Amino acid sequence: MDTVPGNAKITDMKERYRSGVLKYVQMGYWVPDYEPKDTDILAVFRITPQDGVDPEEAAAAVAGESSTATWTVVWTDRLTDSEYYRAKAYRVDPVPGSPGQYFAYIAYDLDLFEEGSIANLTASIIGNVFGFKPLKALRLEDMRISPHYLKTFQGPATGIVVERERMNNFGRPLLGATMKPKLGLSGRNYGRVVYEALKGGLDFTKDDENINSQPFMHWRDRYLYCMEGVNKAMAETGEVKGTYLNVTAGTMEEMYARAEFARDLGSIVIMIDLVIGYTAIQSMAKWCRANDMILHLHRAGHGTYTRQKSHGISFRVIAKWMRMAGVDHIHAGTVVGKLEGDPSVISGIYDTCREGFVKKDLTHGIFFDQPWASLKQMMPVASGGIHAGQMHQLLTYLGEDVILQFGGGTIGHPDGIQAGATANRVALEVIVKARNEGRDIWNEGPQILAEAARWCRPLRAALDTWKDVTFNYASTDTVDFVATPTAS
Amino acid sequence: MKVTQGQFSFLPDLTDAEISKQVEYALDKGYAVAIEYTQDPHPRNAYWSMWGNPMFDLRDPAGVMQELKACRTEHGDEYIKILAFDSKKGWESVRLSFIVNRPKFEPGFELVRQETVGRQIRYTLRSHTTFRAPAPDAGF
Repeated sequence: MDTVPGNAKITDMKERYRSGVLKYVQMGYWVPDYEPKDTDILAVFRITPQDGVDPEEAAAAVAGESSTATWTVVWTDRLTDSEYYRAKAYRVDPVPGSPGQYFAYIAYDLDLFEEGSIANLTASIIGNVFGFKPLKALRLEDMRISPHYLKTFQGPATGIVVERERMNNFGRPLLGATMKPKLGLSGRNYGRVVYEALKGGLDFTKDDENINSQPFMHWRDRYLYCMEGVNKAMAETGEVKGTYLNVTAGTMEEMYARAEFARDLGSIVIMIDLVIGYTAIQSMAKWCRANDMILHLHRAGHGTYTRQKSHGISFRVIAKWMRMAGVDHIHAGTVVGKLEGDPSVISGIYDTCREGFVKKDLTHGIFFDQPWASLKQMMPVASGGIHAGQMHQLLTYLGEDVILQFGGGTIGHPDGIQAGATANRVALEVIVKARNEGRDIWNEGPQILAEAARWCRPLRAALDTWKDVTFNYASTDTVDFVATPTAS
Repeated sequence: MKVTQGQFSFLPDLTDAEISKQVEYALDKGYAVAIEYTQDPHPRNAYWSMWGNPMFDLRDPAGVMQELKACRTEHGDEYIKILAFDSKKGWESVRLSFIVNRPKFEPGFELVRQETVGRQIRYTLRSHTTFRAPAPDAGF
C-alpha cells in the first residue's frame, strides 16, 4: 500500500500532508530516539506483524491506531499540535524464542487521556487497534501509569491495611470459601453453608460469579439468610466475619439497590463481576468508599483474553487497571490450584496488587518500574482447586496478605463443612506459626501439617482425602525472557 | 465458647517458649511489641486496655515476656493479647496479633435479633461480660 518509498519520518510538511496513504513510520509514529517523559503513559505490546510488515512499521501502526491516526493522511492534523498528540513507538525487541513476535514500546502523552477514567484509557490503548489488519495478533503485556495519572484515580475503596483493621485480623492470610453448588440452592440452604463455613473458622464466604438473582433464589432472600449466618457465626466465635454479597445485575440502578440493601443489613463487603465493565466497577468503588464497604471483584470473563500469549491483554494489566478503578479484592491466581498460573507470572501480578513500588523485573513480566503514588493496596485472592495440604506452598508463593479460598476444599470435607473450615484454619495457623519460628516451611511443611493432624481430626481427614491432588499442567501464560534481551 | 480472634486461636495454647519465638520474629522485623488486656473481647472492641505503651525501644524478647508475666499477675483471668506495630510508610498498623491468656470461663456473646421492616433483622452482639458490673480497675 506504499505510495511513497522509504522508511523514515517525512519532515517536509508539504510532502507529509499530500493526500494519500503513508506508512505509519513516515507519518511520525516511530521515534526511536524518543526519551519517555515521567508524565507519559507507557505500554508494551507483543506484536505479530503480518508477513512483509516490518516490526518498526507494525509498532508505529499500533502507536498510530491507539492514538491519533487514521488509515490515510488528513489535512486536519495541521490544525493541531499533532506531533505532541501522536503516540510514539520508541523501541522494538524480538521476543526471545518466538520468531515473528516483537515487544513494541509505545509512549502516550498524559494529555491523551481523561482523568480518572479507565474507560477512556482503554478506549485508546485497546480500542480499535486489536482488530488491526497489518497485525496477525497483538497482546498488551504491561503498562507504566505515571503517578500524575494515577493520582486522578480513587484507588481501592478500603485497601489491605484498613480491611485488616476492620476485620481485626492481622499476621496471617484470610480464609474464604465460595458457596457450592454455585447454582440451585434456596436462600435458606445457602445461608446454612455460609454459617457452617464461618463458624468452622473461615473469615469470609463468597457468592460465585454467576449467582445474582435467579428463580431458585432471589437476591433479597440470599442476603437475608447470609447475614443471619454471618452474625450467628460472629456471636459464636467472637471474630469479625463477612460474606461477599454479589450485587452484579443488569443495570447500575439495580446494583446500587442491592448494595444499599447489603449495607443496611450490616454486611461489610459486596462483590461485583469483571463483566459489568470498567465504568460500572469505578462507580461501585466510589459507592464502597462512601459507604465503608469492602469491594470484592471476581474476574469473570478474563480468561477469554488473558490466557493466550499471542493475543489479548495480560492479567498484570487488568490487575493494574482494577487497582486504579478501586476494587479491594481481586482473584489473582494460586500457582498450585486448578486454574492457570505460572509462579513467575503470578508473582508479578501479586506485586502489582500489593506493592507501593513495583520494580521492573522481566522474569516476572514487569517491563517498567511502577510507582503506585500511595494508592491503597489491593488484596489478591487465591481461589480454585486448593486444599489444606498445600498450605506451606501457598504461604511461600503468595505471602501473608492474601485471601485463600477453599470452596471444594471446605464444603467437600468428609466430616462436614465446619470440619472442612477448621482443617483449613488449623493448617494455616500452624504453618504461619512455624514460619515465624524460623522453620523451613517449604521443606518441612508436610511434616508440620502431619504433626498438627495428630491432634486435629478434621485436618487429618482433609489431608487423607486430598493428599494426592495436584494440577500439574503446563501454563500457557509464561514469561518470555532471556537474561540479556537485545534491543533492535 | 472459645474466642478465636488472633493468629493462633485454633492451636493449643502457646507455651511461653512459643510466645517468645513469635515475639522474636516481630522484633527481628523491627516491629514494636505491645501487650493489651480486656474482659470484653467483643469482635469490634478495638481498644483493649494497654499494658503500657508499645515497647518501641525494647529489642529483647525476654523483656516482653517479663511484661507479659507482670500483666498476667494482675489480669490472669482476662484476655491478654500480644500485638506488633509496624510504623513503615504504607502500613502503619498492626502486623501480628494473638491471644496469650484467657479467662478460666469464656462467657461469650449473645446475638440479639431485632425484627424490623420487611423481613430485615438488626443484629447486635452483646458481650456477656458487659452485663455485669465491672470489677474495679477492669480493662473495659
